[in-house]
Amino acid sequence: MNSPAKLMQGNEACTIGALAAGLEFYAGYPITPSTEIAELCAEELPKVGGKFIQMEDEIGSIAACIGASLAGKKAMTATSGPGFSLMQECLGYASLTEVPIVIVDVQRMGPSTGMPTSPAQGDLMQARWGTHGDHPVVVLAPGSVKECFELTFKAFDIAETWRVPVIVLMDEIIGHMREKVTLPDPSELRPLRRAAPSSPAGYRPYAADADGGVPLMAPFGEGYRAHVTGLFHEESGRPSGRGDVADRLLRRLARKVEKAAPLIEEHFEESLGDAEILVVSFGSSAMSALSAVRRARREGTKAGLLRLKTMWPFPEALVARAASRARRVIVPEMNLGQLAPEVERAVWSGNCGASPGRATVGRLGKVTGELFRPEEVYAAIMEAQPPSEVRPPSEAR
Amino acid sequence: MSSVLGYFKQEYLPHIWCPGCGHGTVTGALVRAIDRLGLDKNKVCPVSGIGCSSRAVGYLDFDTLHTAHGRALAFATGIKLARPELKVVVMTGDGDCAAIGGNHFIHAARRNIDITTIVMNNSIYGMTSGQYSPMTPKGMYGTTAPYGNLERSFDLCELARASGATYVGRATSYHVPLLIDLIESALQNKGFSVVEALVQCPTYFGRKNKVGGAVEMLEWIKDGVVHAKAAASLPPEKLAGKKLIGELHNAPAPEYTAEYDELIAKVQRSYGAFQGGLYGCASNSD
Repeated sequence: MNSPAKLMQGNEACTIGALAAGLEFYAGYPITPSTEIAELCAEELPKVGGKFIQMEDEIGSIAACIGASLAGKKAMTATSGPGFSLMQECLGYASLTEVPIVIVDVQRMGPSTGMPTSPAQGDLMQARWGTHGDHPVVVLAPGSVKECFELTFKAFDIAETWRVPVIVLMDEIIGHMREKVTLPDPSELRPLRRAAPSSPAGYRPYAADADGGVPLMAPFGEGYRAHVTGLFHEESGRPSGRGDVADRLLRRLARKVEKAAPLIEEHFEESLGDAEILVVSFGSSAMSALSAVRRARREGTKAGLLRLKTMWPFPEALVARAASRARRVIVPEMNLGQLAPEVERAVWSGNCGASPGRATVGRLGKVTGELFRPEEVYAAIMEAQPPSEVRPPSEAR
Repeated sequence: MSSVLGYFKQEYLPHIWCPGCGHGTVTGALVRAIDRLGLDKNKVCPVSGIGCSSRAVGYLDFDTLHTAHGRALAFATGIKLARPELKVVVMTGDGDCAAIGGNHFIHAARRNIDITTIVMNNSIYGMTSGQYSPMTPKGMYGTTAPYGNLERSFDLCELARASGATYVGRATSYHVPLLIDLIESALQNKGFSVVEALVQCPTYFGRKNKVGGAVEMLEWIKDGVVHAKAAASLPPEKLAGKKLIGELHNAPAPEYTAEYDELIAKVQRSYGAFQGGLYGCASNSD
């Protein structure tokens, strides 16, 4: 049974998703266009015995979240590009120390202060590579208000299961758009919680199978007396400067997310089966892309849409498969081309039997601080048609 | 002696500090204060940032957290809010606390969150081998102050008091019994407490400034301080250039996490029939 349908905003759905997942701690700093998430957490968390704190900056916010998570709480922060930049060092800390946290980035136009109230998708690469060093992260991108609920809920499950920071990559349109949403009944949801050791005896905080194993996590204050450090560390938690220790740890972390990838991958597709012109997109750009693809289909063009929800780990095989019959791949995104090179790499990789290099990948970047109009994506689809195949709209049904 | 060793993860030793370093003295003072108070080892949580001082937590047999440069207080704030029953102790240095972490220091003090902050002030960045810090006295030398430091230094205890800390004290690695007493009082204060410990760094500060080795540095530190109680009866010329040691501020005030728990209780009373976040949000928001 579902809760009654309700008109709500993406940021609101995101917060409700977090609360449904068992959010107990929120630390944040105000920044447009994410602030509603902080406001709602400030109002709702005390009601369920949770805590909200407005920190002095975004660095402090993510640090407080990591501290709370180590003390056993489900923790989240939300921000936008400039604040996300400030969080990067501690994001790497959470990756290396394997502390589950959820970070929501409601993207706005950058770089710098840019256009603070305008939508953009320029943080896709920052989400993956913003912190220094190789590190595992998971990045999920909702494409509707309801998905803000679903993917934030899922972000907690992933963070808790794999002990990895998870980024919910929204954009201003997704965060502020209002849609009618029917949410599931909370009693039907089964949020996951990190696996804990059963006894302090012999507990080694980072003991795990080298093949991507996830160590058991003991909360602070329950007698385990563990040491957690941002230095490379042995399974005992003790810092180490040994190359073989670092190598083993970093490879385990990378392998962990590789193993998680097929289990967490999620996407939306339409008309992919025979698509000769494939549109790959995410977030609010994909809403316009869907409209354009449907119009092109109605007019007889074999267009299809692949909308990614799992951005990182990048679903390379999925993209390659989707492009296997395509002549042309178009990647609309509100940046100058961050997803497109990844798509190109996947299409050309020959993964999963696709013919390498068959399709060409076109970048369709928009950096005016405005949402794509469906006609813009439609025009790109039509341009990709050989002239003889383009039929005047009057002939189309 | 054995009771003190029991607070260390002995398998993590030997420590990384240089011969003659003062950080071990401060770490020893902390565990002696904890021992005197008879705190439950499972409920003490030392947190640190980056720098020589911050390596202290890794040797201690508690739940310990070694974080990012300057951010120990922010991590500690999350831990304390999540589990107010824990005795959270931040071990930091002059660079970690007063430079990169200065903002967190001010705001943790402002909130009066129950965290005991022990600042090991050796007036230099030791880990990176001798650059000047915000606590390097004017005119002294560092590798980045080859012609003498032009900048004025912080009085961290004044900063703490002005920012809202409810307990502030200063001691040195020479005045160890005083240091233990101050840390003990700081741990008992329900609120944000700061104990600044002036310590010697013979390797970088002492050598660069020709103060000498550890013993000469300890003498130098001793000669630079006056006990706050003695200062009251001394003429101003005897106090010129001296730092005060002892308890400098003790003004209990409502503590943040305790007030937070009261707020939760109050909110939950007014939403008595509240069923949880999902329903609550759906019915409350516009």
